[in-house]
Amino acid sequence: MKRHLLSAGDLTRDDAELILTTAAELRELADRPIKKLPALRGRTVVNLFFEDSTRTRISFEAAAKRLSADVINFAAKGSSLSKGESLKDTALTLEAMGADAVVVRHGASGAPHLLANSGWVRSSVVNAGDGTHEHPTQALLDAFTMTRHLGSLDGRRIAVVGDVLHSRVARSNALLLHTLGAEVTLVAPPTLLPVGIDTWPVETSYDLDAVIPKADAVMMLRVQRERMQGGFFPTPREYSRRYGLDARRMATLQDHTIVMHPGPMVRGMEITADVADSSRSVIVEQVTNGVAVRMAVLYLLLGGNESD
Amino acid sequence: MNYLIRNVSILGGEPTDLLLQDGVISEGAADGAEEIDGTGLVALPGLVDLHTHLREPGREDAETVETGTRAAAMGGFTAVHAMANTEPVADTAGVVEQVWRLGREAGHCDVFPVGAVTVGLQGERLAELGAMADSAARVRVFSDDGKCVSDAVLMRRALEYVKAFDGVIAQHAQEPRLTEGAQMNEGELSGKLGLTGWPAVAEEAIIARDCLLAAHVGSRLHVCHVSTAGSVEIVRDAKRKGWDVTAEACPHHLILTDELAATYDPIYKVNPPLRTAADVEALRAGLADGTIDIVATDHAPHPHEDKDCEWAAAAFGMLGLETALSIVQATMVDPGLLDWNGVAERMSYAPARIGRVAEHGRPIEVGEPANVVLYDPAARRTIDPTDSASLSRNTPYRGMELPGRVVATFLRGKPTVLDGKLV
Amino acid sequence: MCAQPAPPESEGPAAGRVVLDARDITRALTRISHEILERNKGGEDLVLLGIPSRGVPLAERIAERIAAVEGYDVPVGSLDVTMYRDDLRMKPARALLPTKLPPGGIDAKTVVLVDDVLFSGRTIRAALDALNDIGRPRAVRLAVLVDRGHRELPIRADFVGKNLPTSLVERVRVTLDGIDEADAVTIYGEQVAP
Repeated sequence: MKRHLLSAGDLTRDDAELILTTAAELRELADRPIKKLPALRGRTVVNLFFEDSTRTRISFEAAAKRLSADVINFAAKGSSLSKGESLKDTALTLEAMGADAVVVRHGASGAPHLLANSGWVRSSVVNAGDGTHEHPTQALLDAFTMTRHLGSLDGRRIAVVGDVLHSRVARSNALLLHTLGAEVTLVAPPTLLPVGIDTWPVETSYDLDAVIPKADAVMMLRVQRERMQGGFFPTPREYSRRYGLDARRMATLQDHTIVMHPGPMVRGMEITADVADSSRSVIVEQVTNGVAVRMAVLYLLLGGNESD
Repeated sequence: MNYLIRNVSILGGEPTDLLLQDGVISEGAADGAEEIDGTGLVALPGLVDLHTHLREPGREDAETVETGTRAAAMGGFTAVHAMANTEPVADTAGVVEQVWRLGREAGHCDVFPVGAVTVGLQGERLAELGAMADSAARVRVFSDDGKCVSDAVLMRRALEYVKAFDGVIAQHAQEPRLTEGAQMNEGELSGKLGLTGWPAVAEEAIIARDCLLAAHVGSRLHVCHVSTAGSVEIVRDAKRKGWDVTAEACPHHLILTDELAATYDPIYKVNPPLRTAADVEALRAGLADGTIDIVATDHAPHPHEDKDCEWAAAAFGMLGLETALSIVQATMVDPGLLDWNGVAERMSYAPARIGRVAEHGRPIEVGEPANVVLYDPAARRTIDPTDSASLSRNTPYRGMELPGRVVATFLRGKPTVLDGKLV
Repeated sequence: MCAQPAPPESEGPAAGRVVLDARDITRALTRISHEILERNKGGEDLVLLGIPSRGVPLAERIAERIAAVEGYDVPVGSLDVTMYRDDLRMKPARALLPTKLPPGGIDAKTVVLVDDVLFSGRTIRAALDALNDIGRPRAVRLAVLVDRGHRELPIRADFVGKNLPTSLVERVRVTLDGIDEADAVTIYGEQVAP
């Protein structure tokens, strides 16, 4: 694997499968009395979170600690309008502290690329979500969850539903699932699909009811009510009516189809409570798998010596 | 000091001698004139930039009139129009006169301040355009560049009002609501990169509207930095109808595309954004056939910290004065789309006409003011950002090999650049 | 096991010297299985953990023989030691091999680690560290098919199929039917007096 994980599109099929098989091994760690492996002993992993995200940060923290790494949490207040001093000066400080890996979440698309290419830090950079661009470890844990329920993803039909335009999860999933051989359909109102999406390796549809009966997995994306201000849809109610997953729609799914969500959910908007809490929903399991997948990523990036 | 340039090719013609005497182009005896070997060089009329940002007053950390005009001289310019988006905004006679005076004192090239169309560039009410026109700066070009005069009624009034003093409104065409938070060209790549798109229609719709307005009220209109194929079409159509519309294209839009944004390096962030290869081709064709009247640099200096950050936080803009002629040679002259006469028209005669600048944009003929550039088209140079007269370093061409080099620039017969170096 | 350059795998056993053939291996495993039972006084509380890759089929075969003799199913599993290697940082991160612990766990059991070749002893040291993080066996024993000497740590095997003195330039390769083409133990490189 390369030195950084910036985009799901950077992973070859072999890379992706290596991460998933490694994660499968590491998931068993959760059942042991001592949930620790010494692989990253003495390494320092910094969580550099410019956006609030307790869930993802804790997941990375747990992953690093289970590999015996030292973890430093750095929650920086940096709005997308603030000057780059925030990012650059912060990066230089981390470098001075001797970080081996920086896990970065930032509101600006491309911030992890800047960190990786600027020469400010020598550490490996893991993208934990940049603006509306990508969230590669989320896609990896989603794919991992799917393989545990569906087996190989070759030819599997995956529906990703919601605000694709603003979703980094959608972008990473579209790329990774395609790499793993799945057929992805993005479902959204036309206003929430980006220009140029016909060049993505996906199908698109405006009709949720037509797509989900054929899907092996349905992934619901969060839709912010604030998007209404931008006129992307007239009312939350209309959005839910046309694109929300409720019990009625859930009944049209095949028996084996799983329901996923990267979280946090807006119950009642894109997904109803009875769907989120149903036996089809693997939403909680996604969180558990997140730690194992992030352990795999950290181990493969830092566990050895990339002298090639 | 007088100068006799020997064996130089004037606008690509047969080599001849060119005498600059007492500030004008002369003929006859060249007593005591310093000789310059013009072998292999092309003589062009001093270039005139209709669109430059000198940043003074207010942003002297990025550029000053002194440093900006030095950069201009290095690029072969003898006159630049300084845009009004300074701090304070150049919306009064006082500020434009200050900028004008600073230009005269620096003495590297003539500075013609552009006046703001609206007070504070707020787009709400007209600035005192008449006062600026009557001031010592004699402003004729008015622009809210940086922002669009988007209110249709205000644009109409502005177009009408400046007729009184032969002024022209230079519009920065960008529909504000369609481009809220926009970062790069809206297309295939913007969706992939997660950067908010700046759709071509936001430029084209305003240009179309303004052409119609100008025709309706019988005004002239100048369109700044045309960047899309659609915009070129609209301007072509307006000209076909006989409407008094002029347009400019920037060197970076003639050579760079939005693919460069994939690096997330904000050195490529500019407004209007870099567009597609098809747009670049249409711009070159438009510049060749005269639909686009002039090349203007939109030289936009920014201090290091405004570009050394994540894309969304970075400022829009690129340097342009010192590389403009080389870019035009690479994209237009060398491929045979434009000859040196064409370059003179696009970069000197026409901009001077639009800006109503009498002493510049004159042909290289006896009796005319000696505003001349000597250029070596055979030279090649690799662009090094640290080797720049500008205070800033944000050139998108760093590391690129470009043809040509300005060897000398003369402002009214006085050299501002000699032997490729500032005097 | 051995960091020396070796002839390419594709050359096959023909380029080396076979020191144990399929029948020798079978006999060795049978003898080891009996020794384990003798030492343990039966099959109670035994757990066999093979070290991937080739330790695993060896452990399975030992378990089969014990079942045939004692009529008792000894639990078998695998123990991947990749993360505990002391040379982890010296090469790019390696893929993990499966760790499968039998349902009864290892606490208070006699764990017999099974590997194909015992050489420097570092793999076994790593395996002991791995076991330490998993539980607390009553005892840990080591069964290897081949002991080729050159220990770098104070580690010794309890049950050995064959002692094989080698020189450091030689390479010992164990192939097992199922993973490779056939059962064999082959030495490559300069020969030493056996």
